Amino acid sequence: MTAFFQSLGLPYEWAWTVATLTGIIVISLLVMFSVAMVIYVDRKVLGAIMMRRGPNVVGPFGLLQSFADGLKVFLQETIIPSAANKGIFLIAPIITFTVALAAWAVIPFDAGVVVSDINVGLLYILAISSMGVYGVVMSGWASNSKYPFFSAMRASAQMISYEVSIGFVLVCVVLFAGTFNMSGIVNAQQGFGLGVINAYVVHPLLFPMWVVFFISSLAETARAPFDLTEAESELVAGYQTEYSSMSFALFWLGEYANILLMCSLNTLLFWGGWLPPLDIPVLYMVPGIIWFLLKTFMFFFMFSWIWATVPRYRYDQLMRLGWKVFLPMSLLFVAATSGWLMATGHFDRATVPAEAAAGPTTIVHTTPAQPTAVKATS
Amino acid sequence: MIQAIAFYFFAAIVVASAVMVIWSRNPVHSVLWLILAFFNAAGLMVLLGAEFIAMLLVIVYVGAVAVLFLFVVMMLDIDFAAMRAGFSRNAPLGLAIAGILLAELLLAVGAYNAGGLTLGTPDGTAVQAADATNIEALGALLYGRYIVLFEIAGIILLVAMIGAIVLTFQPPKPGARARQDVGKQISRRPEEATVMKSPPVGQGVEL
Repeated sequence: MTAFFQSLGLPYEWAWTVATLTGIIVISLLVMFSVAMVIYVDRKVLGAIMMRRGPNVVGPFGLLQSFADGLKVFLQETIIPSAANKGIFLIAPIITFTVALAAWAVIPFDAGVVVSDINVGLLYILAISSMGVYGVVMSGWASNSKYPFFSAMRASAQMISYEVSIGFVLVCVVLFAGTFNMSGIVNAQQGFGLGVINAYVVHPLLFPMWVVFFISSLAETARAPFDLTEAESELVAGYQTEYSSMSFALFWLGEYANILLMCSLNTLLFWGGWLPPLDIPVLYMVPGIIWFLLKTFMFFFMFSWIWATVPRYRYDQLMRLGWKVFLPMSLLFVAATSGWLMATGHFDRATVPAEAAAGPTTIVHTTPAQPTAVKATS
Repeated sequence: MIQAIAFYFFAAIVVASAVMVIWSRNPVHSVLWLILAFFNAAGLMVLLGAEFIAMLLVIVYVGAVAVLFLFVVMMLDIDFAAMRAGFSRNAPLGLAIAGILLAELLLAVGAYNAGGLTLGTPDGTAVQAADATNIEALGALLYGRYIVLFEIAGIILLVAMIGAIVLTFQPPKPGARARQDVGKQISRRPEEATVMKSPPVGQGVEL
């Protein structure tokens, strides 16, 4: 896109700035729009499973329901409890919302369709999603009310616990892909399974890791059956109990943006991202973004489906699953994956083209015997 | 130009929020300012081209360490009056620490001006991984050249972790309720857990 603005006669710096700003705005708007639609889908799926109609009044088939709800919360009064810590109380939803949008900067929707194609993309997502817990903790503490506080405690413990196993799962994927770059990970999946299937999930070592990742992403976004942070039977509405109008809506939008992010991460890391399911030329006629959206939507459907069918976990069961099942399992699989890759000579093959290219991405082999000693610049 | 603006922006926020960590009365606010300082320090790392370190700083410090800080501080019931009452008692110690820090800073600036210390190979040149991305360069150094140090650091952390578990672990008291056995709980069926009784009217049930 920078090239397009340069062709309009802008110098490179300005073209880059304008292109990046445009990208940010377009992706934010699209994410917000899909969040609105996805909330509608969520309610429709839930309705269908519960054998009722779901929203069907506003607009054709109730399609405009989310926009009506948005307008409603926009017009409501923002109530700040008198005992609340006002500054933090108001910053908390803003943090949740900003962080939920910021992670989309490194998500590639198609080959090259990404705001920032940085080479630590996956780490960036981990870093940003670990920031997400602050919105919850701050809102819980600043509300100065017991139920939000309990919820904040639960949320922070839950998110930290499941981030650990998510981290190890990501290590397995990175070991296979050999890069932290999101586009690189997707490209590495082309023809991965038997030379035909464009997905990591078909590998016997990565399929269990995908299952762990999928369940952990349910826990990380505090979706049912792990929605203990807003367990309505125990904690009213959890950390957002004291919030109203737009400050509540920001939590709501941020939550769904995070769910969509986790769905797209499932797609990108294990199911081939924008690549068609099979490595057949005919399927490449369909634009990559269609495949990406289809796969992401499939995962969102699974999220709704699970919400409607599975009862809520107890808190000690949640912790047990995270620390006693997922953590040892994913740790074992990191060792198994690296052992498997060493045994099959994956790393030898991966480094050969990089060395042959001798470009700026050459891998430096530093051994104690012959260090690549370069004169220090200082 | 833009680098300079970004540097001064991040640096100013780091310094200001570090001051606010000490300044703010409320310990929760202190931790939140500390998180802002960490976050902007990560921004400075990005400016240096050390994007991997920046991400690790956010993941480890902001994402895990500071959450635990916040967790503990939020649950503490701190008496602010008692905290301020100890000022005159702790002032000499505080002044001593401030003096040491100042001396260290001056020493560091002096050493920096005298020319950097050369570490690394015996001939006095630092090992520098050329033309590799952050992760590759760090990985090549950590898992190649400094593998022994890296493993030792790992073992020290493991020992610390086991130590913490040993210190806090309390074996169940004799006579305490037995540990939860999830398998046993799940495999329990209604006929083992319930008894059907049909007592005569007015007599009740003996359990």
